[in-house]
Amino acid sequence: MAPRALAWRTAILAAHRDETPTAATLVLRVPGWSGHLAGQHVDVRLTAEDGYSTQRSYSLAAPADGELIELTVQQVAGGEVSPYLTEVLAPGDPVEIRGPVGGWFTWQPADTGAVQLVAGGSGIVPLMAMIRARQLAGSTAPFRLIYSVRSPGQLYYSAELGSLAARHDGLDISFAYTRAVPDGWPVPPHRLDAATISPAVWPAELAPACFACGPTAFVETVADILVSLGHHPGRVKTERFGPTGG
Amino acid sequence: MDDSYCDGNALAGPLAEVFAVDMTAATGRCASCGQAGPVAALRVYDRAPGLVARCPSCLEVVLRVVRAPGGMWLDLTGAASLLIALPAG
Repeated sequence: MAPRALAWRTAILAAHRDETPTAATLVLRVPGWSGHLAGQHVDVRLTAEDGYSTQRSYSLAAPADGELIELTVQQVAGGEVSPYLTEVLAPGDPVEIRGPVGGWFTWQPADTGAVQLVAGGSGIVPLMAMIRARQLAGSTAPFRLIYSVRSPGQLYYSAELGSLAARHDGLDISFAYTRAVPDGWPVPPHRLDAATISPAVWPAELAPACFACGPTAFVETVADILVSLGHHPGRVKTERFGPTGG
Repeated sequence: MDDSYCDGNALAGPLAEVFAVDMTAATGRCASCGQAGPVAALRVYDRAPGLVARCPSCLEVVLRVVRAPGGMWLDLTGAASLLIALPAG
């Protein structure tokens, strides 16, 4: 059999952390893992006893810690893969993965320029990997994050984001809520629009590297707004979830 | 808005089965309209058998990937060219 550029391998669940009532971070031990870039993802494959198999892509949520990698998985009701990963897979259980893959929607700590991140829902995951990679490397690249969620309870990593922002070391975070807002929030819930993005985003003159990730319609809207604000389309990188098969 | 597609980032795993370098960062030129852009920015429809990647500008099919037992079928009829960055040396 010819050698494959990329093969499936077995990872073991090392730990499970709930992020929200419907999302969990899986810490996987992958023997021989040789690191990855922030923004890359892995494919996860499940195979039933009868041989039926199905696979999904999940963004890596953090830099590797030796052989440990982290994925954050949003549970999709009725999905074939995500309910198994978030509710059934237990520490010590094996799961097949391949990766890291993807070389376009990535950020490297050697990049010192301004970075604009825009996340819709679970689109935060690869952007959190960039934020954590920045932190781990001691990078001073100026980062801004706009994080849009349905309601405060849907925020991933909220305590960590809060403490990172409180350091005032070049990471600014703006939250936006589309269905329900926290008590005392100054504006009612609404879809992320130009009026919300415009004051929170780096000015186009700064030529930030922009990364937008989330559901397809969200990403299309955000990318259009960024371009309308003068950001060069070549500097607006996007990752769309599309129809979530879960 | 049409939410039935994702994008070329989803091609990274399938294409990494056969290509030694990441193909999503490659620049593809649409054979239909001539638009050039990263493979990662193509519109990808994954509900067909396999993956169908369309030009974000003219929506014509640029490439198709079908993984079958024992092989992969890669149709590049709609791609005029692919520019792949390689490390020096």
